[in-house]
Amino acid sequence: MMRQITFAASLALGLGSGMALAEGAAHIEDVAFSFEGPFGAYDQNQLQRGLQIYTEVCSACHGLRYVPIRTLEDEGGPGLPEDQVRAYAANIEVFDPTLNDGQGDFRPATPKDHFPHITSAGAPDLSLMAKARAGFHGPAGLGISQLFKGIGGPEYIVSILTGYEDAPDCAPGDFPGNYNKAFAPGGYPEECKDEHGEHLYPGSWISMGQPLYGEDVEYADGHSNELHHEAEDVAAFLMWAAEPKMMARKQAGFVGVLMLTIMTVLLYLTNKRLWAPVKKAAKKSDD
Amino acid sequence: MAGIPHDHYEPKTGIERWVHERLPILSLVYDTIMIPTPKNLNWMWIWGIVLAFCLVLQIATGVVLVMHYTPHVDLAFASVEHIMRDVRGGHFLRYLHMNGASLFFFAVYLHIFRGLYYGSYKAPREITWIIGMLIYLLMMGTAFMGYVLPWGQMSFWGATVITGLFGAIPLIGEPIQTWLLGGPAVGNATLNRFFSLHYLLPFVIAALVAVHIWAFHTTGNNNPTGVEVRRASKAEAEKDTLPFWPYFVIKDFFALALVLAVFFAVVGFMPNYLGHPDNYIEANSLATPAHIVPEWYFLPFYAILRAFTADVWIVQLASFLTGGIVDAKFFGVIAMFGAIIALALVPWLDTSSVRSGRYRPMFKWWFWLLAVDFVVLMWCGAMPAEPPYSIISLIAAAYWFVYFLIILPLLGVIEKPLAQPATIEDDFNAHYGGEAHGAASATPAE
Repeated sequence: MMRQITFAASLALGLGSGMALAEGAAHIEDVAFSFEGPFGAYDQNQLQRGLQIYTEVCSACHGLRYVPIRTLEDEGGPGLPEDQVRAYAANIEVFDPTLNDGQGDFRPATPKDHFPHITSAGAPDLSLMAKARAGFHGPAGLGISQLFKGIGGPEYIVSILTGYEDAPDCAPGDFPGNYNKAFAPGGYPEECKDEHGEHLYPGSWISMGQPLYGEDVEYADGHSNELHHEAEDVAAFLMWAAEPKMMARKQAGFVGVLMLTIMTVLLYLTNKRLWAPVKKAAKKSDD
Repeated sequence: MAGIPHDHYEPKTGIERWVHERLPILSLVYDTIMIPTPKNLNWMWIWGIVLAFCLVLQIATGVVLVMHYTPHVDLAFASVEHIMRDVRGGHFLRYLHMNGASLFFFAVYLHIFRGLYYGSYKAPREITWIIGMLIYLLMMGTAFMGYVLPWGQMSFWGATVITGLFGAIPLIGEPIQTWLLGGPAVGNATLNRFFSLHYLLPFVIAALVAVHIWAFHTTGNNNPTGVEVRRASKAEAEKDTLPFWPYFVIKDFFALALVLAVFFAVVGFMPNYLGHPDNYIEANSLATPAHIVPEWYFLPFYAILRAFTADVWIVQLASFLTGGIVDAKFFGVIAMFGAIIALALVPWLDTSSVRSGRYRPMFKWWFWLLAVDFVVLMWCGAMPAEPPYSIISLIAAAYWFVYFLIILPLLGVIEKPLAQPATIEDDFNAHYGGEAHGAASATPAE
């Protein structure tokens, strides 16, 4: 069963079919976020706490290149006051290619700038991370659980951030990366597979070192800063970064559904009345 | 324009007469919307209006999206994010357009299967069917090229895999692939030509839709009984039909409003449900996604494409007979296009003299099996190409061909059809008369 079209692409590029190795199961936990469901909304305080974690921890390696700093002011988002956003921007250095006679130079950001595009250490940009990963597919790959629980990007982020554990004993001490029970696509030592090549432990080895341990930041609002809470907060912030117009979208969707439902009822009644004489005649003809 | 006798347009005022003598456009509009329509049409006849709406929706949202989109490999992904974040209402427009494609295909599949069950493809409606199939093919091309435009990972790798299908054709395949892509691999030239065609093809579809409507307005609609409208006189025809306006316009609008309420719930509350998370990662020619999966509406044919692997006897036979020219990959491509060609040729493959599946006791079972088969193929297409999915795909793909190439031609010979109602009027009266009236009330399919 090797000659599959899925592989044809990679074969064509000479990449071989090494990618085809079966992904091990990974554990994604379900988290109840405030923004789930048709009426769910972002928790402004949570977004602000998540921003704090992104700023103090994640931003060392990860960028948010598609997110304009000014949107931190947005209602339905973190909703920071204008002066705070200005001060926040001033703390960020951005590269401006127009400075220094076209050579480009760094300068403090203004709210009009985007968050910087950081690519150091191969760390992926986080702007769309919460939409670029899925948490659930079940049952049997039908995706029905996603209907009720969402696509699962934020859950995936929480699971990764809290999924670091001591590597199983079977792994060689010098195996590259860090064991994470929620991360599926990473490296996996041969020693930890059974005779059929099945993974003995969930997850795989991720190159990112454990970023959060709990009590990494001090929240101004006194909210608990244990690991799971921190992970949830930053996941919520990244969901907002990926989908800043979620609130407007749900509202527009709700208005649309409401108006169309009213339309449906009115048209149903119109249709019923319109056809009544025709159906009545049919009934009569049958007697 | 229709063969069914009915009242024709008479200009009533001076202005109308003035226009009518110079361009009979009012008469065209009148005859089109007042066309006599079989009064027994059921709820499966509403998908046409949904499809017409989809085309308008996609063109309207698309024209606005183009105002903010940049077709360049370095800028396309960012310009979509610009639409999502900075353009007023852009996020909703884009989600409407994205999910509009899904609604379009959902409706077209129900429309096609309606045609298959009630024999709408049979004489004299073969041209309507063929035009419909051309529209469906263009829809697939348009949707595929549109999916490439956001320049995400699935866009890029989907384009690579699908254009690679042409590369599977022996000898001329690779030059064709290079010609399609505008270069040796998917790149800026590919993105630009896909953008150009994605904007052009919907207007070709719109023109074909006009021909599709022209064709079935010439023959008249099919209906659930498959019995033709009586046309000897206007009085007789009026017993079987009602004018399209207002009876069917209002009925269709009611159905459309209901469908759109569900559609808006999807767009508003779960717009990414039908999409693929990988498409929110910018295209990267150096990183192949673990699973390259097309959009759901391509999955049945994608499953057929992958089903015929080198260890299947028919593939080995084809390879042997052609001296290795037809390998498993090329066979898969032939099978995929063959599956669509078989569908297009159904007017000539179905030998039964009875039009509607309602009066075909054996056909009914095979038809519903085909409908299930289609869903199974869709599921298989989303699954990795490994056992048990590969075996299920193969069986399901085989049934698709068996249905069109063996069962349909044979059924016409061996099946004993049930009695059909004499007229549409009889069917309608039996349905609303509340009493069982022979064959007309035997309608388990609805």
